[in-house]
Amino acid sequence: MQTFGWPEAYFILRAASWTLALTAIAFVIGSIIGGVFAIMRLSRIKLLRRFAAGYILVVQSIPVLMVLFMSYYGLSAAGIELPPFLAASASLAIYASAYLAEIWRGSIESVPRQQWEASASLALTTPQQYRYVILPQALRISLPPTVGFLVQLVKNTSIVQVVGFVDLMRAGMLVNNATYQAFQIFTLVAAIYFAICFPLSRLSRHLEKVMNASRSH
Amino acid sequence: MILNGVGLTIVLSFVAIGLGLVLATLMSALRSLAGSWAGYVVDAYVELMRNTPFLVQLFMIFFGLPQLGIRMNGIEASLLAMTLNLAAYATEIIRAGVDSIHKSQIEAGLALALSRRQVFQYVILQPAFARVWPALSSQFVLMMLASSICSFVSVQELSGTAAIIEADTFRSFETYIVVTGVYLVLALSLKLALNWLGRKIFPQVSGLARLSDAHGEAA
Repeated sequence: MQTFGWPEAYFILRAASWTLALTAIAFVIGSIIGGVFAIMRLSRIKLLRRFAAGYILVVQSIPVLMVLFMSYYGLSAAGIELPPFLAASASLAIYASAYLAEIWRGSIESVPRQQWEASASLALTTPQQYRYVILPQALRISLPPTVGFLVQLVKNTSIVQVVGFVDLMRAGMLVNNATYQAFQIFTLVAAIYFAICFPLSRLSRHLEKVMNASRSH
Repeated sequence: MILNGVGLTIVLSFVAIGLGLVLATLMSALRSLAGSWAGYVVDAYVELMRNTPFLVQLFMIFFGLPQLGIRMNGIEASLLAMTLNLAAYATEIIRAGVDSIHKSQIEAGLALALSRRQVFQYVILQPAFARVWPALSSQFVLMMLASSICSFVSVQELSGTAAIIEADTFRSFETYIVVTGVYLVLALSLKLALNWLGRKIFPQVSGLARLSDAHGEAA
């Protein structure tokens, strides 16, 4: 029977870096997939629009936990063994991609229509319109909700402990199994999550204020 | 087996949504009507719940509280965690709705000799609710999906049954596909039901600008 002391606290704190790493990887991969789906949602081709809408709807209507189970246990039954870290990042990336696609679609749509018309009249091709005119503006608009979503992503990494990956949450559980001082341990775990998420929440709110101020010309 | 799991998922979600909404309305009223310190307490609670994972909150209740002599079973702990979590999100959403009500409306209400309580109920709360109903609906669906996490404290809801069936039959992929499909049906039905309900309770808002957040907030 151990007691909960500095070494245990340090162990938990160190595992927090895995939580951050997982968030970063899921966010980068999720952004790439999400960006593609956002543009597909706005495509002129009906089939692409439908497909992207379907993907987003399905991913947003199932628990992340199920995506994780399917990618870890489900695939291993099919003979594909994913290591826990890979299954965890892939599931969170899929989850992030759907929400980011939706956020960015909204941001692209809120760029005034005249911007499309003006850039078309300059004989820019659609990719050029996106690259030079629309996306730079959409990116600014999308910043507050994207940062806000990062908070959700950090929090959702906590479920990956279920496939045995030692993130912040799992470290807390391991220490709890050794010391049985759940109250202190989970207070610390909650405090670390809060220390990561709260500044992001504030940043998101601050960006929103700044944007609103700059838009009210 | 799966049916029992579905039943429990539905019951957990409905009770948590009902209780959470009542709690959120009370907290919103506290923020609007009581002194500033009550507002600070509510704000602190909302920030604390929104910036920590639901799973940590659940473990705090299920594993942490017994140390203070408060014991409960998995279902009770799940219900409490879900209710407290949803209440925080709903309070934040309702706050956005309340903030969108123009001051002139409130002044008009007071000029009509309505009491502060009446103004809060008819001029602030109901129109605010009507505006944020879509955002609240998304939050309810997210809570239903988050209830899957309650399987971690051995609650036999839908995900919990999936794990058991999988252990019994070793047909994991099929099991998870079926259960995922059930969640999909549940989520879509809930979305449709909430839209219908919104149109029924707040018929007069169709013309109003509806506030909704695109933040994909999850528990």
